[in-house]
Amino acid sequence: MNLVPNYSARCSSRAPGTQASACCKRLLSWPGAVARGKTASEGSRSRRGEERPVGEPERSAMSDVELAPGAERGEADGSAEGQTAGAGTAAPLDDPARFVAAFERMVLIREFEQEIHRLFLKGEVHGTTHLSAGQEAVPVGVCLALEPDDYVAGTYRGHGHALAKGTDPETLAAEMLGRATGVCGGRAGSMNVIDLEHGLVGCFGIVGGSIAAATGAALTAKHNGHVAAAFFGDGATNQGYFHECLNFARVLDLPAVFVCENNFYGEFTPMQKVTAGANIAGRAEPFGIPARVVDGNDLFAVVEAAGEAVERARSGGGPTLLECQTYRHYGHSKSDPAKYRPAEEVERWKARDPLPIARERLLEAGIEQDAIAAVEEATRRDLAEAVEAALAAPYPDRRVEATEFAP
Amino acid sequence: MSPLEFRVAIRDAIAEEMERDDSVVFFGEDVAAPGGVFMATPGLLERFGEGRVFDTPISELALSGAAYGAAVTGLRPVFEIMFGDFMALAMDSLVNQAAKYWYISNEQGSVPLVVRSAVGAGGRFGAIHSQNHGTWFQGIPGLKVVFPSSPAEAKGLLKGAIRDPNPVVFLEHKRLYSVKGEAPPDGEVIALGRARVARSGGDLTIVTAGKGVQDALAAAEQLAADGLDAEVVDLRTLRPLDVPTVLDSVAKTNRLLAVEEGPRTGGWAAGVLGAVAEAALHDLDDTWIIATDETPVPYSPSLEDAFLPDTAAIVESVRSRLGAGAA
Repeated sequence: MNLVPNYSARCSSRAPGTQASACCKRLLSWPGAVARGKTASEGSRSRRGEERPVGEPERSAMSDVELAPGAERGEADGSAEGQTAGAGTAAPLDDPARFVAAFERMVLIREFEQEIHRLFLKGEVHGTTHLSAGQEAVPVGVCLALEPDDYVAGTYRGHGHALAKGTDPETLAAEMLGRATGVCGGRAGSMNVIDLEHGLVGCFGIVGGSIAAATGAALTAKHNGHVAAAFFGDGATNQGYFHECLNFARVLDLPAVFVCENNFYGEFTPMQKVTAGANIAGRAEPFGIPARVVDGNDLFAVVEAAGEAVERARSGGGPTLLECQTYRHYGHSKSDPAKYRPAEEVERWKARDPLPIARERLLEAGIEQDAIAAVEEATRRDLAEAVEAALAAPYPDRRVEATEFAP
Repeated sequence: MSPLEFRVAIRDAIAEEMERDDSVVFFGEDVAAPGGVFMATPGLLERFGEGRVFDTPISELALSGAAYGAAVTGLRPVFEIMFGDFMALAMDSLVNQAAKYWYISNEQGSVPLVVRSAVGAGGRFGAIHSQNHGTWFQGIPGLKVVFPSSPAEAKGLLKGAIRDPNPVVFLEHKRLYSVKGEAPPDGEVIALGRARVARSGGDLTIVTAGKGVQDALAAAEQLAADGLDAEVVDLRTLRPLDVPTVLDSVAKTNRLLAVEEGPRTGGWAAGVLGAVAEAALHDLDDTWIIATDETPVPYSPSLEDAFLPDTAAIVESVRSRLGAGAA
């Protein structure tokens, strides 16, 4: 089949003046994934299984479904804590440089979100914005398991999805600022970023839209050997998109990875109040789709689970659902102080911040403290430069020739 | 040339485009093995295989969203949402994703998909299998809305829709499927966005689309016996709306009648009249609309027949409005 994407010509021929200056080449070097992630380590999985508390409900008949304690109680209790202890030795640290790069990308997302928060308060970022600080390990871990040509669909909380897939932070920041150098020329804004050059088919303002977009990208992927991943929140698992697309992907055996970022709140409402069964991974079983609960604050756990899912998809095994349990540090959006979350719950999760966890893992793997500190410092410096360049860029002119239709 | 049936024109258009372009795929509910509930697509599965032609679950959200995701990554999906009424379920990804992609991506990529549906009343299908969804989508920048009027037009416009780089909503009036007409020249492709003059005349412009064109042409023949020479403009697409072709006609006839199978409020006919009034009020001696009642489509034959604008209604309306000797 002749499957030349219809965007290829456009990517290299954007309107003049809309290319970012790319001042910090280092931040552009993240390929989304340098090499494919290793497949599952059975040891890691079974060990986590042993840590389940006494009295846990009977496991699903499907051996692939791993339910974390938090999922089964449907509470945002930071229970992923239990999964982490002792799991470090099974980390797939075959290539430490890849994990240093992944750690750097997580630092970048955190710093980026903090910058956007600051710029929003200054009035430079308009409307609203949804920050993903605290959830960095999920997109970075999944994208580390993907190849650069694979497809990803993200959500309105999508800055991390874009950066993890390889979007240039300067063009992403410029997009938030509404500048001409933005990745979408300032036309899309925070919630709707598209970066086809990096396989980001879109970030979607409609809850669940990413699931369908990735399902469709998987139709293409089935023809060209790629894999498509959808990021979506716990709230999206109550949308028709989730149920229809899991079924659709299974009956057509599509190479899709459905990545639920379960941060335990759909906007302002606790997940377990509005989610029957409060068991997201368990929702895959009736479809015959393998599913796992993953400690979404542990980069290594995400890489391992995503690697297994991506491998299954690429080898013709069809879709997988990953329920990655995580927590957002900010409220739902910029108008939300998140007072509905108990202080002790927030503190528990912040004690499980994915960045220190990843840093600890790198140290355990023999990466020098100084080297890690240098990565953090360089990332902060480069991001500051990128934001400075974005702030210096012009606002877009209204192009009279802009049309609703592609020619 | 042998006559071409409307449903065969649809199938031939898809087959010819699939033959020409490997990236065209076709899917929907009951379209592959069963060949479609209106028997528009039998044989495509056998000819192109299940990798490119397949039946799907009854999942309009997934169908429409997946078509979009496939289109932005390199396929050219043609999919069927069986009855236009079901487009309410398919709407989100078309309106909120596909329509906006080209513009908000800063022209990184377009969404070359076509969604076909059977539309229209008169088949005794009741309120929820008889609507025309063209106007639901007409106000959405980025979407093209096509409503063909004959077998030849359907074939050329569907081929044009499949080759178009933009998302296209394609309406097939269910009472046209069995209509036979002259086949188009081999390989004819009609680019989207230009209306056509289906019948020339100097006394009155009747602008319409879809099955309305067949009704208007029949009405024009009856009116010609009265000595009134009507011009019939077939819009072909409701978006983009080819206002200049209508203006050219009205400059000649000075009278404009729009015939729409759908309610007047929020309909496309009002938009055409408004555009003509804005641009060429000086050309207009008279203008009016024939539309349906402002109710859901009724079931009973007596109610549905009275509800629909048909040939007789057009003739009667013109005679009463202009008088028998208007020409």
